[in-house]
Amino acid sequence: MKLPVVLFGVVQALRLTAWRHPRFRERLKERDMVAQLKLADNSVGRYIAFRNGKISSGAGVHPEADVTVFFKDERTALRILNPKPNWHVRIDAMKNFKMGMIGPDDLSSWLTEIVSLGQSVWWEMGEDLGNGEKRYVNNTNGGPVHVYVKDDKIVRMTPIEFNEKDAESWTIEARGKSFTPPRQTTTAPYGLSFKSLVYSPNRNLYPMKRVDFEPEGERNPHMRGISGYERISWDEASTIVANEIMRSKQKYGPGALALAHGSHHSWGNVGYWLSAMMRFFNTIGFTRVHLNPDSWEGWYWGAMHHWGHSMRLGVGEIYGQVEDILKECEMMVFWSSDPEATSGSYAAYEGTIRRLWAKEAGVKFVHIDPHWNHTASLLKGKWIAPRPGTDPALAQAICHVWIAENLYDKSFVENRTTGFDEWARYINGSTDGTPKTPEWAEKETGVPARDIRALAREWGKRKTYLAAGGFGNAFGGACRSATGVQWARMMIILMAMQGIGRPGVNFGNMQLGAPLDYSFWFPGYAEGGISGDLAFTGSAVNNYQRVPHVLTMNPVKQMVPRLQLPDAILDGQASGYFTDPTSKEGQFIPFFYPAPGCSKIKMLYKYGSSSFGTMTNTNRWVKMYQSEELDCVVNQAIWFEGESQYADIILPACTNFERDDISAWASAGGYGHHCYSQLNHRIIMMQHKCIEPMGESKSDYQIFLELAKKMDLASVFSEGMTEIDWCRRIYEGSDAIDLMSWTEFLKKGYLVVPAEKPALRAPTAYRWYYEGRKKDVPEPHPLPAEYSGKWLEGLQTQSGRIEFVPESLKKIDDADRPAINTYMPSWEGTHTEELLGKYPLQLLSAHSRYSFHTQGDGKDSSINDIYDHRLLVDGHYYWRVRISKEDAETRGIEHDDLIRLYNDRGSVVCAAYVTSRLRPGVVHSYESSAVYKSNGKPGSTDIGGCVNLLTNDRSQGSQVSSMGPNSCLIEIEKWQSPVGAVA
Amino acid sequence: MIVDVERCENCYNCFIATKDEHVGNDFPGYAAPQPDHGHNWIKMETKERGSAPMVEANFMPTMCNHCDDAPCMKVAENGAVTKRSDGIVLIDPVKSKGQKQIVDACPYGAVYWNEERQIPQKWIFDAHLLDNGWTRTRAEQACPTGALKSIKTEDAAMKNIASQEGLEVLKPELNTKPRVYYKNLHLMTSLFIGGTVTCETNDDAVEDAEVTLSQGGRVIATTRTDAFGDFKIDGLSAENGSFEVSIKHAKGQFTSEVDISESRYIGLCPLN
Repeated sequence: MKLPVVLFGVVQALRLTAWRHPRFRERLKERDMVAQLKLADNSVGRYIAFRNGKISSGAGVHPEADVTVFFKDERTALRILNPKPNWHVRIDAMKNFKMGMIGPDDLSSWLTEIVSLGQSVWWEMGEDLGNGEKRYVNNTNGGPVHVYVKDDKIVRMTPIEFNEKDAESWTIEARGKSFTPPRQTTTAPYGLSFKSLVYSPNRNLYPMKRVDFEPEGERNPHMRGISGYERISWDEASTIVANEIMRSKQKYGPGALALAHGSHHSWGNVGYWLSAMMRFFNTIGFTRVHLNPDSWEGWYWGAMHHWGHSMRLGVGEIYGQVEDILKECEMMVFWSSDPEATSGSYAAYEGTIRRLWAKEAGVKFVHIDPHWNHTASLLKGKWIAPRPGTDPALAQAICHVWIAENLYDKSFVENRTTGFDEWARYINGSTDGTPKTPEWAEKETGVPARDIRALAREWGKRKTYLAAGGFGNAFGGACRSATGVQWARMMIILMAMQGIGRPGVNFGNMQLGAPLDYSFWFPGYAEGGISGDLAFTGSAVNNYQRVPHVLTMNPVKQMVPRLQLPDAILDGQASGYFTDPTSKEGQFIPFFYPAPGCSKIKMLYKYGSSSFGTMTNTNRWVKMYQSEELDCVVNQAIWFEGESQYADIILPACTNFERDDISAWASAGGYGHHCYSQLNHRIIMMQHKCIEPMGESKSDYQIFLELAKKMDLASVFSEGMTEIDWCRRIYEGSDAIDLMSWTEFLKKGYLVVPAEKPALRAPTAYRWYYEGRKKDVPEPHPLPAEYSGKWLEGLQTQSGRIEFVPESLKKIDDADRPAINTYMPSWEGTHTEELLGKYPLQLLSAHSRYSFHTQGDGKDSSINDIYDHRLLVDGHYYWRVRISKEDAETRGIEHDDLIRLYNDRGSVVCAAYVTSRLRPGVVHSYESSAVYKSNGKPGSTDIGGCVNLLTNDRSQGSQVSSMGPNSCLIEIEKWQSPVGAVA
Repeated sequence: MIVDVERCENCYNCFIATKDEHVGNDFPGYAAPQPDHGHNWIKMETKERGSAPMVEANFMPTMCNHCDDAPCMKVAENGAVTKRSDGIVLIDPVKSKGQKQIVDACPYGAVYWNEERQIPQKWIFDAHLLDNGWTRTRAEQACPTGALKSIKTEDAAMKNIASQEGLEVLKPELNTKPRVYYKNLHLMTSLFIGGTVTCETNDDAVEDAEVTLSQGGRVIATTRTDAFGDFKIDGLSAENGSFEVSIKHAKGQFTSEVDISESRYIGLCPLN
């Protein structure tokens, strides 16, 4: 018999590990228990007893085993106990009752951890630098970092400099020059400053309970945000939360528990919200707070109908643009595009050097933005500053010049598009009596007709890239305004008229399309990590088969649109439209809250705390938190800020520097397919646990495990795995394992994926389309059924061509989204004259440059010291707002003055930055203050800087779920702190 | 250290990296920990030039210049400020205790007073790291554009580089002999005159018009307008005061007297 020998071997391995590793010996002392390994019919067995840290063992079946692991037969047992696990076999065994574990969750989980540690304690993590410092690797929203640690304390974080063993970088030959990126990673300020965030005095270090919240007595919901907190133990906290979860289901029924979370997170494929959080919540059931595509908005609800691309929510192909620009492009038109501020997504300053190359190559730049933004400051060029929200009119006038002066690609329009004649009739005014001339647009936009004409002529004559939004082909503040759908639609129309795919003519701002290896697979975070969720993550595309794990699903059908969560709670109803990456038409399907058969939301589990700074008209959130409708509010967060201050129970999460995880830089997957094309080098990282968790904080994974234990769900949640086990499982499921062993990877911490061979580089986006060939870029979309004609021929539209007047929009009756992309002025802007009289300034709330949304801001971080980010006045760091010299002067405001921004929705105090870089009448701030500091009551003045208290919560249209915060009218006045103010 | 102003984009990474290096870290013999807030060992400066729609925003980091004739050394007692053979100036974190005059002596405002420890502190050129084999400072390593570059070379060679690349130092009139050099410093210090040339008959932009800037009959510079009719002549000094702008093109001409004390966009220049 082989099995008895193997079982004996397991015991010997544990003994050897205990003899060699003091850390393992220490952990053995934590529990006294008997673990039984056996065949289900008791024919073979061996027990292992843990007593006072000592291991004893015997053959056979112990009469009083605490935890029993059983296998159906010897064949199964031998395959499972193989030190090189086959995950398919293991999952099959678990799903089909060929193995199981019986025993209390606390002891089962402990046993699992001990067995796991028995392996991982042998692994060497990080590099010993010989001076008492160890150098680890980790990853942030602002790029990867080397982390130097001494005596369990982080000394410094730096970008990663490559060495001669790391894979070679790519080179592009163009215009007689060679362009090769620097041999290191770049880092954004919010990555580089993370040490100050780890050691922030605002960390949630212990589980906390609001002092006047008693689950068995008075809950006092109206006191949320006002009364203080008391420390409780993890056992108390997890018991209260688990009981509340079960109570919500038992008392109210399915859907009573709602889960709300941000769009982003701390980095790591195990700990990410799309991973561990989805896994846990799918195991308990919840009302989904459905995310609108807030980065995409106009692209998703508008642009997609002209050319498809539902996989990226309306955003197009992202290959080859870097090489094409360097070789062919003559002019780049940046339109609502500031990659030097937004870093694409997660890509730090990777695109910066490439934009400087474009400048070196003689490419001319135009910047269309009411703000002379950071990219414009670096690259220089022509500034065109339309009034916010009027951009579609500017674009239509460009079309007018092109048509009038024959400056468009007639052959492309004829052979690759539909509906041009109808579009031209709208532009020349025969449809509505208004020719969309530069003079017409001048009245609307404030941009001189002369500039519009000159721009259109240059564009029509030169090989031009349209750099639309932060990605160059996506996003942008202009897509998040009342006219965002119109603007994004115009971007496609402009490219359709200029023949996208012609050499030197494309979308792009050098942020995307580096010549990398796009077939090397390592999962991005949106591929669902360990979630097992095939419906609401990108797991099904690759991850689920490459990194097999047990699937999970949420049986509760109820959903609430995120922007309307407060309305759902306060008014008892809400409705929205789907974010669907599989088709153009999925977005037409509405959903309603409450859903039939579901309970209204009675318990809110909030993950993170960024809503006040990042949603719209956010006094609604303050009101919601104080509502009697919510019996219990839980907040799981790293820092005490924003909404954490409104919870009943606070669960302290640790940062990704205090737990094990694994990831690939700037790799999203899902809607962000090949998002890493922003990088100069693809990097796979072990995110080492650099230090022990601060205080009693725990990793998100561990928090969920604690809660699961209270509901006997521990093994369902964990699959008997710890975080480091999951990291290994992900690594060994990826292509990385072919290039570097697991143990070497753990030591070094990162892997540079070799650049693609020049001969195999991905073709330039849309060249196939321009030349009338089959699609040849490496993206698995559209779905086969989405082609109207033959597979790989044409685009994801009914005609297979770019449609000037989309067939999909003709099929719905939406006055806000007519098939002809008609210019309709903003519902809050220069045409809303009564409101404009009261609130004459247009507020832009862009994505923050120095913080990653709320991450990096506030919490006593070193980012606070950045003069352009916050200003210290009388002990408080005030949020910055930029105001033109002209608008400041008429209000008697001087540089660095404290000013109050207000309208009917709210009131926020900021510090004035008086500048020449703004079109007068426009005020510029960032959307993402982490600090909310008021007297706790809805509508009171906030000195934290949450300018989203002021923004309109109106959707861009009646049949879309989208935000338009950049359509916001306000007034500003000088502010003096009244006596006894909250400051 | 050479700072290229043209490549600086105000990302603050040099500032943040330096804070990361020194806040909470003690490097005996080099520097005591920097306070959590309030010190700008590397400090960003901004210069906005012009007015809408012709605006520039230019930036540069400033820091301890590691002067060869350092005013701080002259006022230091007890040998608290020393200059190493590689040119790095260090303030001894022990010997300098109580010597606030070291802060006051710096004409660049680059030395900060640590109230808690009662010592003067400033950017130490990452001497502690260079001594341990690092080849670049934290600030350079974090800079995404290559705007910062430290080189170790002989004084004569440095002089050559400075003259070849047109490098300048801050406040040269003080003769402190800084070891931090600036390239394209004119983006912070000089002025421009810009305008937009239009055709009076149809208000269109006029490309390729010849623009001449002169003073008292002497031609200072010439340039041509771009497709938007825009021109910009840079590198002027406020002391020069009054200029004549004359523009010629087949469509007509334009002349104007322009006084400047700051960079100036003179607006439309219609040809007739």
